[in-house]
Amino acid sequence: MKDKFQKIFKGGLGQLTIPIVAILFLVGFNLIRDPSFFSIETTLNNNGNMVLAGNLISIINGASELAVLAMGMTLVTAACGGQDISVGAAAAIAGSAFVKILKSSPNITGFTVVAAFLFACVVAMLFGAFNGTLVSVFKIQPMIATLILYTCGRSIAYWINGGATPTVSSPIINAIGSFIPGVPIPTPVLIVAAVAIIFVLVFHFTSLGLFTQSVGINGSAARLNGINSTFIKLLSFIILGLCVAVAGTIGVSRLGLINHETLLLDIEMDAILAVAIGGNSLGGGKFKISGSIIGAYVIQMLTITLYAMKVPSTDVKAYKAIVIILLVVIGSPVIKSKFQKYIAKIKSNRQRVSMKGAE
Amino acid sequence: MTKKKFGSLLLIASLVTTLLFSACTTGGGTGSSGGSKGPIKVGVVNNPPSESGYREANVKDMEAVFSAANGYELKTAYSLKNDEQLQAAQGFITEGVDYLLISAAETTGWDEVLKKAKEAGIKVFLFDRMIDVDESLYEAAVVSDMSKEGDTAVEWLLSQNLDEYNVIHIQGAMGSDAQIGRTGALDAQFASGKMNKVVQQTATWDEAEAKKIVESVINSGDDFNVIYAENDGMAKGAVAALDEAGISHGINGKVVVMGFDCNKWALRELKAGNWNYDGQCSPFQAQIISDIIQGKKTVTTKKIINEEKGFDAKTLTDDDINTYGLGE
Repeated sequence: MKDKFQKIFKGGLGQLTIPIVAILFLVGFNLIRDPSFFSIETTLNNNGNMVLAGNLISIINGASELAVLAMGMTLVTAACGGQDISVGAAAAIAGSAFVKILKSSPNITGFTVVAAFLFACVVAMLFGAFNGTLVSVFKIQPMIATLILYTCGRSIAYWINGGATPTVSSPIINAIGSFIPGVPIPTPVLIVAAVAIIFVLVFHFTSLGLFTQSVGINGSAARLNGINSTFIKLLSFIILGLCVAVAGTIGVSRLGLINHETLLLDIEMDAILAVAIGGNSLGGGKFKISGSIIGAYVIQMLTITLYAMKVPSTDVKAYKAIVIILLVVIGSPVIKSKFQKYIAKIKSNRQRVSMKGAE
Repeated sequence: MTKKKFGSLLLIASLVTTLLFSACTTGGGTGSSGGSKGPIKVGVVNNPPSESGYREANVKDMEAVFSAANGYELKTAYSLKNDEQLQAAQGFITEGVDYLLISAAETTGWDEVLKKAKEAGIKVFLFDRMIDVDESLYEAAVVSDMSKEGDTAVEWLLSQNLDEYNVIHIQGAMGSDAQIGRTGALDAQFASGKMNKVVQQTATWDEAEAKKIVESVINSGDDFNVIYAENDGMAKGAVAALDEAGISHGINGKVVVMGFDCNKWALRELKAGNWNYDGQCSPFQAQIISDIIQGKKTVTTKKIINEEKGFDAKTLTDDDINTYGLGE
């Protein structure tokens, strides 16, 4: 433990420096702007549950879909050195599949919800496998390969249910998207925690993390060492498919409605950003999923901060872009190496001064 | 050699043009005679039903009114792209329809096609959307007046005689017809000081974004008693935020909830007393056009405004839901 602290103290936080600094900066900025910004209250909601409320809860809750997608996106990025830009459209498909099963049963029970979720998972994994096959077997650039589904995904989502904005209402769906009776924490937050724990367990008990990293750094070298790089790349897309299904299900359950045109619109860009803010190389190789999760919360905190400042939402994207440019530039290798050189210079200067003092 | 080639090219070109012209005239001929004999041939160029719940209802309405039972032969073409729509219209003209009905993807580029239609004796109706062409090129345009929708809604809101109006205004995609129309009336109230603008944000028709906007207002502790959302989905998102914060809404609630579009599910929310008002955006233009075609209605102005209602939760009936509700 002490070793670890010393390591952090000496070498900085490494990859996580940028996301953690960003989140601290936003927290500090908000505390100066409005000291009560992060206050958490308990309120009685309209279903008669005591629940937590406040900006902090809004941020953590609102970022749930993004956080889940960012985890999967990190894996794809690390293995393939490219990104999947179809996750929003794929989530609309998964959400539509989820709604399709729910609507086909006369009354919604726990069983139908589980069945609908599993169906959504299968559908999303199939589409993930489609993307993955294009990338791993046919060696198509990930962005180009996933551009196909990005373009047609929302039309496919429409075909599944036909009508625009089909609605489903059930206490169970409400519990998934909002609060479980008796639990004050929003359910989507719990789902993110569960997905994160699953990732931790998978990395702990399998070599998936190591394999993904080595395939990302050098695919042919990995193959020579007996790693099936085609399979690892395909697998990363299928895992992302699972994340897509989870995100789609959360998105649909929040309002009990699916609008295939707007569900998780533009989220692919935020997910890629979260990966980048998390300090992961978009060219593949080494990765830290925790960085991407923090990145997701940074993006959401930025949005909520701008809303709280009543910045017109037409301008929100521009302000967001400014902050993100800053973050990405600060995290770029050029600035990093300049900064390290600067530190080294100061250190050597100090040493010289102290040596002189000794003389 | 080159002269020879040029000559033969000229010959072919002249042959093709004569063929085309003869095709055009025969097309026009059957067009004008079709009215009296067989079914009336109607070609509809529209946006695809997948565009929105509005479009879906619009397409269904067209199919129902221009049915074989009513003495029509309906041909349809759906596209979101203007050039594809133009091609389809061109196709209908060559096929020789009697009437051409258009809801254009873009307002420009239609001059040539409409002139050709006129030459072929085909009568053109515009529905839902206007086109930038001379009025003489079409019989009539049946459209919604979005700013009237806003006026109707704001009038209703004023008639509620609330002590004060603290409004959360959630806008649609900025620059869209529906957004501009529905925003205008409310902006006038903000400007006159009769209503207070708590926040005015666009959620670009996104339900989840609407929820976030309302959540941020609740978290900031600002007082509000009206939510004016420019479509049903965003109203639903706003209400979800109210529910999570334990704020009452609807009939006898603290917050007045207003939406637009009259989806069936939204009208059911009204009926249940969860919302207060829903403004109609009527996709039902087919009957008006059919009446004009059959001479039951005469055209006085080229631009015909489709009458649109606003529904109050207190007076809404189940019949209203079935008649005016969109979707399922």
